[in-house]
Amino acid sequence: MEVIQTDKKKGRKKKKFDTRVNFTPLVDMIMLLLTFFMLATTLSKPQTMEISMPTKDKVATEEQNEVKASEAMTIYLGADHTVYYYEGLPDIEKKDFLKKTDFSDKGLRSVLSEKNANIVKQVRELKNKKSLLQISAEDFEKQLSELKNSKGSPVVIIKPLDSSDYSDMIAALDEMIINSIGKYAIVDINADDKTMLRNANVAVE
Amino acid sequence: MARPTLPKRDTWIDMTPMSDVMVLLLTFFMLTSTFLKPEPVTVNTPMSVSEIKIPEKNIFSVLISPKGQVFLDIDNPDDRIAVLEKMAANYKITLTDKEKYDFGIATSFGVPMQNFKEFMGLPLEKQNELLPNYGVPTDSLDNQFKGWIQAAREVKGKDMIIAIKADQSTPYSHIKNVMGSLQDLRENRYNLITSLREVTDEPAKGKL
Repeated sequence: MEVIQTDKKKGRKKKKFDTRVNFTPLVDMIMLLLTFFMLATTLSKPQTMEISMPTKDKVATEEQNEVKASEAMTIYLGADHTVYYYEGLPDIEKKDFLKKTDFSDKGLRSVLSEKNANIVKQVRELKNKKSLLQISAEDFEKQLSELKNSKGSPVVIIKPLDSSDYSDMIAALDEMIINSIGKYAIVDINADDKTMLRNANVAVE
Repeated sequence: MARPTLPKRDTWIDMTPMSDVMVLLLTFFMLTSTFLKPEPVTVNTPMSVSEIKIPEKNIFSVLISPKGQVFLDIDNPDDRIAVLEKMAANYKITLTDKEKYDFGIATSFGVPMQNFKEFMGLPLEKQNELLPNYGVPTDSLDNQFKGWIQAAREVKGKDMIIAIKADQSTPYSHIKNVMGSLQDLRENRYNLITSLREVTDEPAKGKL
């Protein structure tokens, strides 16, 4: 092949122009733009957390009072990412009924997963089933929400103090998701809470 | 004397298929990407494990700065203008067409209605420079934030999603203010914008 080609060229004695264009700079540029767009798209999409707040209507407050003491848990978010909690009704007589914890893995998370142990276990089984493709995604969602709102599941009331910040609130809501707690609410602290916290030597302001 | 010539190897690689593929990918990414809108204040959203993506349409975003200033944004320019007209009527402000148009194409807004006329009269660079000093009033005396939400709800209907984006170091008292206003308006469902955090929840659960 090669030999024939050179022979031909020699025969014509005319300089053949190379019509091929160098694409390398173009590819370079495109590569750069591509990388930019790829990074820009993946980073720009923020996550969101859907939240429903309790209404200020009277019906809602009556419903809240019906929660059994054994299922209830109240969490206070304080300054410097501290968390105080008590289970059931506040028992002021007893010393340190108000326990202190934090947002670490061994803090609030283990407290909540212990409180919600039964459901956490069931949710894990459900997740296993899903990963083994034994149930469809829709069934999983349905059963998950049923489990989370089943009778006897804990009800957590989150009360952020003014000294806490937004990340604390999000972290607390996060723990609800992680520990499969379906019933929770963010409630503002009232005067009773403040006096109770002051008595327990917690800085309120 | 004829020297045996080695055939010259062509080192030129044909880049055409490669550039074809690259252009295709580039077009795809360019078309699917949505650009970040510039925000008047930089906000670091807190991390969360929630993996729900924010919908792209019909959003009313509320930006809360670490100092507690509130800035708002409505995605559709036509809706923005309609909402502005409602607000202007409530605050007895007459607007020119130019002001409406400028407002429609602007990014976040957050100037009290009293300063609105004066602010819109400024050149664009000046506006962007001054905007971080303002913020929608949310105090109980003059809660313009409520006004904006109500006006937007009327314009955009019940599918409008309220998305709160706050800095992680924003004190809760500011958040409470905004959430309280929303609660007063019976806007009980809204979204909190967070960034994704990978969580290893298994060890904590494994201890049981």
